Amino acid sequence: MMPELGKYAVVVGAAYAASIVLILALVALSVWRAGVVKRALRDVEERMEKQRG
Amino acid sequence: MSIWEYANPKRFMQTSGVLLPWVTAAALVCLIAGLIWGFFLTPDADKFGSTVKIIYLHVPAAMMAISAWMMMLVASLIWIIRRHHVSALSAKAAAPVGLTFTLIGLVTGAIWGEPMWGTWWAWDPRLTSFLILALFYLGYIALWQAVEDPDTAADLTSVLCIVGSVFAFLSRYAVLFWNQGLHQGASLSVDQAEHVADVYSNPLYVCIAGFILLFVSLVLLRTRTEIRARRMQALLARERLA
Repeated sequence: MMPELGKYAVVVGAAYAASIVLILALVALSVWRAGVVKRALRDVEERMEKQRG
Repeated sequence: MSIWEYANPKRFMQTSGVLLPWVTAAALVCLIAGLIWGFFLTPDADKFGSTVKIIYLHVPAAMMAISAWMMMLVASLIWIIRRHHVSALSAKAAAPVGLTFTLIGLVTGAIWGEPMWGTWWAWDPRLTSFLILALFYLGYIALWQAVEDPDTAADLTSVLCIVGSVFAFLSRYAVLFWNQGLHQGASLSVDQAEHVADVYSNPLYVCIAGFILLFVSLVLLRTRTEIRARRMQALLARERLA
C-alpha cells in the first residue's frame, strides 16, 4: 500500500511528519486549554453560587 | 436576523456549540480523505518526482496562513469600529492557528526546496514576506500576553494586525510584483499554463477544504475558550470587589 517514493522518501516523510506533529500539537494544546478553562469557570461559578446561598 | 447578534457572547456560545462538532467532523473527513488521496493515489510528477506529494500540505497551509491573518484583520477592524469583544477574542484565538499554518508552510517549503532548488532558504520576495508574516504572528501573540488590560491589548494588537496585513498581502502577491526569486506562481490558477494537472489538483481541493474547516473548528473552539476565560476574569474581579 505504501507508495514508492524513490530517492525523495526522506524528504516527503519529513514534510508529512513535521506537519502532522505541528497540527497535532496545536489541536492537543487547544483542547487541553479549553478543558482547563471550562473546569475553572465552572468551579468559580459554583463557588459564587454557594456564596449567594 | 443580523450577523451582529453573534457579537453577543451568549448567542455566540450557543451557536458555536452546535456548529463545532459538525465542523470538526467535516474537517477530519476532508483532511484524512484528501491526504490519503494525495499521498497514496497520485502519481509522481515528471519534474518533481514524489516530492509533488508535499503540495497537499504546503499549499493549503500557506493559503490558510495568509487567510487567517486576513480574518484577524476583519475581526480587528470590527473591534476598532464597533467594539465587539467576540471579534477581538476571535482574532486572538486565530493567531496561534495562523502561526502553526505559517510554520507548516515554511518547514515544508524548506524541506521541498533543498532537493528541488538546491537550498533550504532563499531571500526570495515571497519567502521573505512569508517569514516576516510569521514574525508578525509571534509579535501579535506576544503583545496579547504582554498587556494586562484586555481592551488595551485588543486595541494595540488590532493596530499591529493592520500593519502586518501588508506582509500577508505581499506574501500572496509578491510573485506578481517582482520577477526575481525562486518561488513559482500559483499552483491553482485560472491560467492553464500555471495550473497543476487535475490528477494533482482534485485531491488538493479536498485538502484545502480540510484546512479551511480545521481552521474554522479550531478558531471556534479557541474563541469559546477565550470567552470563558474573560467571563472567569470578570467573575473573579467582581468577587474581589464584593
